[in-house]
Amino acid sequence: MKKDIILAGVGGQGILTIATVIGTAALMEGLQLKQAEVHGMSQRGGDVQSHLRLSSKPIASDLIPEGKADLVISVEPMESLRYIIMMNKETGWLITSMNPFINMSNYPSLEELLAEIWNLPRNVTIDAEKVAKELGTVKAANIVVLGAASPYLEIKFDNLEKAIESIFAEKGNDMIQLNLKALRAGRELADKRG
Amino acid sequence: MQKLLLLGDEAIAQGAIDAGLSGVYAYPGTPSTEITEYIQASREAKERNIRSNWSANEKTAMESAIGMSYAGKKALVCMKHVGLNVAADAFVNAAITGANGGLVVLSADDPSMHSSQNEQDSRFYGKFAMIPVLEPSNQQEAYDMTRYAFALSEKFGTPVLIRVTTRLAHSRAGVQRVEVLDQNDLHLPSNLKQFVLLPSIARKQYNQLLGKQARFEADALTSGYNQLIEKDNHKLGIIACGLAYNYLIENFEDHQVPYPVLKVGQYPVPHDLVRKLYDQVDEILVLEDGYPLFEELLKGYLNNGKKIMGRLDGSIPMAGELNPNIVAHAMGIPVNVGHQNPTVIQGRPPSLCDGCSHTDSFLALNEALRNFSSGRVFSDIGCYTLSALKPLESINSCVDMGASITMAIGAADAGLVPSVASIGDSTFTHSGMTGLLDAVNNNSPIVVVILDNSTTGMTGGQQSSALGKIDTICLGLGVHPDHIKIITPLRRNHEENVKVITDELNYQGVSVIIARRECIQTLGRRMKLKAMQKMESNN
Ligand SMILES: Cc1ncc(C[n+]2csc(CCOP(=O)(O)OP(=O)(O)O)c2C)c(N)n1
Ligand code: SF4
Repeated sequence: MKKDIILAGVGGQGILTIATVIGTAALMEGLQLKQAEVHGMSQRGGDVQSHLRLSSKPIASDLIPEGKADLVISVEPMESLRYIIMMNKETGWLITSMNPFINMSNYPSLEELLAEIWNLPRNVTIDAEKVAKELGTVKAANIVVLGAASPYLEIKFDNLEKAIESIFAEKGNDMIQLNLKALRAGRELADKRG
Repeated sequence: MQKLLLLGDEAIAQGAIDAGLSGVYAYPGTPSTEITEYIQASREAKERNIRSNWSANEKTAMESAIGMSYAGKKALVCMKHVGLNVAADAFVNAAITGANGGLVVLSADDPSMHSSQNEQDSRFYGKFAMIPVLEPSNQQEAYDMTRYAFALSEKFGTPVLIRVTTRLAHSRAGVQRVEVLDQNDLHLPSNLKQFVLLPSIARKQYNQLLGKQARFEADALTSGYNQLIEKDNHKLGIIACGLAYNYLIENFEDHQVPYPVLKVGQYPVPHDLVRKLYDQVDEILVLEDGYPLFEELLKGYLNNGKKIMGRLDGSIPMAGELNPNIVAHAMGIPVNVGHQNPTVIQGRPPSLCDGCSHTDSFLALNEALRNFSSGRVFSDIGCYTLSALKPLESINSCVDMGASITMAIGAADAGLVPSVASIGDSTFTHSGMTGLLDAVNNNSPIVVVILDNSTTGMTGGQQSSALGKIDTICLGLGVHPDHIKIITPLRRNHEENVKVITDELNYQGVSVIIARRECIQTLGRRMKLKAMQKMESNN
């Protein structure tokens, strides 16, 4: 098994939490992993990405080679497109929320962005914020996106659930339940797509 | 013990704790900050009484660590690469004094300048100071090498430098711990003049350091951190330093490189190994993150030998960090191409948080300066440097920590009156205070705006050494009390703040305006913590 995943978003949107959940679940399955994170300057409202590599064999580079990512998982549509250059053209999937994060004056039109995304051979777009809001807080949008990406991860869904239980443990049962619901809701959206 | 999933930085921290560390000394700086933060948060470190408070700057950190080493205990100093410039005087001289207790200096480089002003290569400092340098290629090595660095330091009585880069510092992987060593007891150097660098003593000490060089190299041959991996195809030989080794093997099925490879993790690199590789291959490729330090050494000035490829001959770009595809290109290996990025994508530069106090400070400053010609605001490094970008576009310089005040002095001397300096609270106590003393002694017509958000914002909100001390520091340095003004940067105080700044711009001497309002991120974290503590005490 080998999955090279680019996680994308804007500083503060919680992509590192997605990485931690996938990483924890991967460890439960006995996989090796390397995860390159972004800290520092660019976290301040800039674009951030993380390279998450899972494999049943030893992993060499902390960075995924360009053109080899199996998945781009993004919590922001424009940010998802920034990394399609990293994606494997023949097999790569792009899974993104379609909720723009606009903290700049020259943000392109959402229609144009979605057109580019839908133009890709394998893509999933979801309204993660709507789902998260229905559950009580837009903050869980990142976990909704993770749910939508879960069919492509080759990781057992209940291990993702267990990972959420352990990661949010110190934040209390309410947070665990909220994020479990977010994960399942995202998964449902992906399944509905068929 | 079970494997831990650690950042490279955290692996170093855990490695140091397990090696019997007694104290870590550091000033925050990306990508090194998480080392000290890990030790500060570690329960084991607390139980073992490992000291870990932030220092005012890298030089004070380095010197405190030298002091702990003098007293016989193991000390770690951490900084980002440019921090080593600040600590350089102490660092280079520590090589001459030598160490007593293990003294390990960690410098985290930032090739590609993800969060820095330059991409200088700390290995040069190690070579300059003539001390051993370790460069891990993965998180496990980061853990192991930290332990080894302390052993090496005590074995040879020398400081040891560990060099990492952003990619390793901020990447996570599994790390296997080994048993925890005890801390050293207090024990002073057997020669109580070892650390007295009077010329007569320094000459002796320096000769000792020169005498150790051969042993440093011999150790690098036996430590296991430099390995010649023999292979049959002798068309090419590869020297891969640190992380570069991973990028190399990434390009081959099952990580099997058909050419002989010298994997480098400890400097000085043993001549024996290099000669052995050189003699058996037609050409050499040098892969190293950072500057072409080893490539240049190998090539020499005239390059009379075999063809040596690397950054210097353009096989690899001179600037920026390596990655698997750069290595593939250099070796003529075909690479995958992804989808082309569409042109609709716009850059998303970092920006000040909504509600950041710096925004209100610079809006007021911009307005107060409206009647002056532009280009007179010297600034410094921190979140507030983002005011150089749209929409504020307030500042005209950011060179090194503390340079705002001193550059304003020079510009005012040249006739740019008034000149303005804007500097954060943590930067002020890092390197601004001495500059302010110069300004007072010079009676420079400058306005110093100290942006006091009561935290070290840029690096994630560490405790600022300036906390609660700025007013008295300025008074103590001799700024006239009538010209120390405190304002609260809030939208609703805008008019009032503009007036205060305008008045001081008209004063022909040193003014300090302290713009004081807590960073909203730090405030948020503080409030959360308070609420949690309250909840706990209610339970
Ligand atoms: C010599 C050196 N050490 C450390 C850093 C990393 N660094 C950049 S800005 C900064 C903190 C600035 O804090 P402060 O001056 O309080 O400004 P704020 O970010 O809070 O606005 C640090 C630690 C650096 N660039 N150079
Ligand atoms: S972290 Fe604090 S100082 Fe930095 S931009 Fe945000 S509010 Fe301002």
